Amino acid sequence: MTADETIANPIAGVFDDVAATPGSAKPDPIIVADDVQRRFGGLLAVNVDHLEIQRGSITALIGPNGAGKTTFFNLLTSFDKQDGGRIQFDGADITSVPSYKLAKRGMVRTFQLTKALSRMTVIDNMKLGATGQVGESLWKALLPVWGAQEREIEERADALLERFNLTHMRDEFAGTMSGGQRKLVEMARALMTEPKLVMLDEPMAGVNPALTQSLLGHVKGLRAEGRTVIFVEHDMDVVRDISDWVVVMAEGSIIAEGTPDDIGANQEVIDAYLGAHTDSDFFDDIETAVAAEAGSPERRGDES
Amino acid sequence: MLLFALLAAIAGTFVGSLASAQTDDTTGELAIFGQLGYEDPESGEDVNAAGVTIEVDGVGSVVTDDLGEFRLVVPSAGDYAVTIDVETLPEGVNLRNPDANPLEASVSENRDRRVLFPLVFGEGVGSTAGDISFRRVAQLTAEGLKQGLYLAMAAIGLTLIFGTTGLVNFAHAELVTWGMLATYFFNFYGLAGIIGFLAPLPPPFGGGVNLVFAALLGMLSGAALGWFLNRFIFRGARRAGVSLIAQMVMTIGLSILLRYLFVYVFRGGPRSFGDFSAQRAVSLGPIELTPKDLVAMGLSVLILVAVASYLEMTRMGKAMRAVSDNRELAESTGIDVERVISLVWMSGAALAAMSGVFFGLDQIKWDFGFRILLLIFASVTLGGLGRPYGALLGALVVGLTINLSTLFIDAEVKNMIALLMMALILMFRPQGILGRAERIG
Amino acid sequence: MDWGFILERTFSTMLGVEVMVFAMAAVGLNIQFGYAGLLNFGQVGFMAAGAYGLGVTINYFQWSFAVGILFGVVYSIVLALILGVPTLRLRADYLAIVTIAASETIRLFVRWRQMKEITGASEGIGGFADPFYDFALNPFNPGQRYDFGPFSYLGRDLWVLTVGWILLIVMVLLVKRLMSSPWGRALKAIREDEDAARALGKNAYMYKLQALMLGGVIGGFAGMLQVVQKGSIQPDTFNPVITFTIWAILILGGPGRTWSPIVGSMIYWALISFLENVLRQLPDGPAGALEDTIKLSDFNISQLRFILVGLGLLLLARYRPQGIFGSREEMALNDR
Repeated sequence: MTADETIANPIAGVFDDVAATPGSAKPDPIIVADDVQRRFGGLLAVNVDHLEIQRGSITALIGPNGAGKTTFFNLLTSFDKQDGGRIQFDGADITSVPSYKLAKRGMVRTFQLTKALSRMTVIDNMKLGATGQVGESLWKALLPVWGAQEREIEERADALLERFNLTHMRDEFAGTMSGGQRKLVEMARALMTEPKLVMLDEPMAGVNPALTQSLLGHVKGLRAEGRTVIFVEHDMDVVRDISDWVVVMAEGSIIAEGTPDDIGANQEVIDAYLGAHTDSDFFDDIETAVAAEAGSPERRGDES
Repeated sequence: MLLFALLAAIAGTFVGSLASAQTDDTTGELAIFGQLGYEDPESGEDVNAAGVTIEVDGVGSVVTDDLGEFRLVVPSAGDYAVTIDVETLPEGVNLRNPDANPLEASVSENRDRRVLFPLVFGEGVGSTAGDISFRRVAQLTAEGLKQGLYLAMAAIGLTLIFGTTGLVNFAHAELVTWGMLATYFFNFYGLAGIIGFLAPLPPPFGGGVNLVFAALLGMLSGAALGWFLNRFIFRGARRAGVSLIAQMVMTIGLSILLRYLFVYVFRGGPRSFGDFSAQRAVSLGPIELTPKDLVAMGLSVLILVAVASYLEMTRMGKAMRAVSDNRELAESTGIDVERVISLVWMSGAALAAMSGVFFGLDQIKWDFGFRILLLIFASVTLGGLGRPYGALLGALVVGLTINLSTLFIDAEVKNMIALLMMALILMFRPQGILGRAERIG
Repeated sequence: MDWGFILERTFSTMLGVEVMVFAMAAVGLNIQFGYAGLLNFGQVGFMAAGAYGLGVTINYFQWSFAVGILFGVVYSIVLALILGVPTLRLRADYLAIVTIAASETIRLFVRWRQMKEITGASEGIGGFADPFYDFALNPFNPGQRYDFGPFSYLGRDLWVLTVGWILLIVMVLLVKRLMSSPWGRALKAIREDEDAARALGKNAYMYKLQALMLGGVIGGFAGMLQVVQKGSIQPDTFNPVITFTIWAILILGGPGRTWSPIVGSMIYWALISFLENVLRQLPDGPAGALEDTIKLSDFNISQLRFILVGLGLLLLARYRPQGIFGSREEMALNDR
């Protein structure tokens, strides 16, 4: 048994009545994307007709290499400009809202290549995440008006470091940490924004197995707090373990949606992976997912 | 410090011999000279303009003789304003370009300076900003084309080095100056004339060689410098993982280092090549260009076509473009990226050197490259960083635009147009004219 | 060789006007490059903007000295906007390219013949600095000499030095305060990774523009101080080598460190002064042979300085990008 299984899932059962078809409607969507397109030269890298993401759920975005997952991520977070379409977040149109404003609205993301701010201490990395800081204005920074808020932010940061078992790294330069620790700092830092929606781009990539389990626990912890999580992932075991809902992309479009079990049995998905000439590990992953019996999340949990 | 002492010692040797040799090819005095004449509209014969007063600012004045010739000795090399007294011109004769009076003449340290005052019978053509005549547009187009072609050679190297290594080489302009100065050096001293006891040897060892051969040697020396810089400075930095930003600061350091070594050795005054320096312009329809300009323009077109065919047709050229496009991808397909980079540095520097030779036909100066750095950058930016054909196109656009801009603005500030163009392209199309939008993340 | 004289000159240099002016310009560059990671290769352009803002306002518009300072600041801000607005959304190289080009263009513009009436073209501007020396609070008599041990200063210079050093220290403290505030934290985050900062809700473009402006204004003050001390503005003193000297100074001291501009400037000018004085005295000793070899003359000695700046910058950027006092740990983190 793993510790994280005790973490509550407040939205258990919400997907029971949702159809496992691309573009299906969700009871309470936090993200609604319509006709989102992005071209690079002649290549249509992203072409999503309709997608809804259920509030409070953990949704996995999977697909073979080059399927447009990261580009779609960039479009959702305004890090890239779409050529057409509309995106709504929490009921408001965010299609042309610049990326830095999204954090204030409660949407935060991490990156595939971890972006720890190397020459800043871990605690400074954390404090940076807080939004609405008075002292971030050039003029107010000079005045003695941000001290109290700074102390409050520092307390919050310390509490999060404690939760992520990073207190011992508090005053080290972030650049001195291991890859897994950087992933943890990046996630903890993202939480400093007090987000409604956390978007994780390959959170487990390059993380050693011991830390993977702890990271998975933290992701489930986000859901338990009522936050929505979207993550891009290659490892099917991880996807099966933590996601409530899976969205599959191939060649820029969404080809399937459903619970992890639905996806594992979906012939179209298997074809997409087979046709994409992916590396063998990946192939094995999907094969395992297809062949294995449903519901064995403990398989990798033995270490913890 | 040791390296520096060595450099200084080498430099010192150069200074010594250059200083002593400077007066060899003049009579020990420098002069501004010229000949005035015009075409008689009735007989169609050339008439010499005698008795015209020419004044050189701060030196004195002189009156043309019966052959229309004048010569005025100036105390030292430098820039002089030469004024023709239009009152003393024969009746009915005017300056073709009344605005080109006074003329700015820079006298080189090693050569007398010819100044030209084209005369016409009848009304001259004014060239005030705002005056647009067919002749002027044609002439400026030709000059813009000339400048654009020379610029293109310098810009392609810069953009290729950027494409393959991600480094903006701020010392690239010094490679242009290098080509100019090295060619000057070979033109006057041959391969080894600088070393005292070898000087008596025949050319090309002890004495100067014809400019054509000197230019070839200059181009080779440019390639050698490019190879040296990559091999001993930037390859090491790449391997040691020095950040690109730090590498850019390195090129800034290199740029000052080279520039002030140049002035240390060659001094501040302008110079000219030993051959073809006092040619008179020939008329081609409405355009006037010197024969050397025509040849140089023709050669630069040939060189650019050769570069393009090299990039398109040879294996190495394709590899250069591939690395420039996507370094990681190129590496994974088995291209030896380091070899490509080395070659790009060599050919880029050689092209810059050649551009320096062509620019040097008009004037040679220690900081020439730096003065056109803005234009090179504007060309590269306009074309999109890392795109060789973009740089070519950008250079032509920059050359033509700034020269034609003098139809409307003072020539003294025409280079500001290049800055403006750069700012505009960055605002509205930062990937350049030919660039593609880049993928993020 | 008179070592006493050489050392005396070297030490008096360390508190001198050059150290002060270059340190101030480097404080500005430190905000831009050291904290925000911006490649401003045209700091001398900001110095010129400050200097001409002051000089033109007083001489041409006949307004007061205080308004002159205000215009020096305004010109610096305008320049920062012109350079920053098109480039700061783009990769770091573009700012570098545009700034190096613009600083040289500014020099050509102010010495343009058509600008003669306003900027004095190549002759520059003079006679605008008197109000500074006639200022009521100036305790020194401009013409008098004041002795401090072996050092002796003209009252005029002493006043410039007093005002300048106070201003410089205030600026450094201001930067120190800013960089320990949330604003400074966001700026450093942008230097480290712009995308990460944006994802966390920081408007990177705005921060970079503010840093460019702030650093530019401080550079403008350095320019004003320089021309006030000289009593005249010469367009050709604002040449690109000044920028690169400022870079050498900043990297010497260590970018992103509070006191590095002052430390770097002191070291730089002490080195230069020492070297020049030693070189000028060389023929007296047996080292005359070296003098023969490298053909020293006043001309060459001043070129030598720039050759050294170039070489120094090349080597520092290659081997000690964190400055000569930078920690090994920080250096290791620098490759990104």
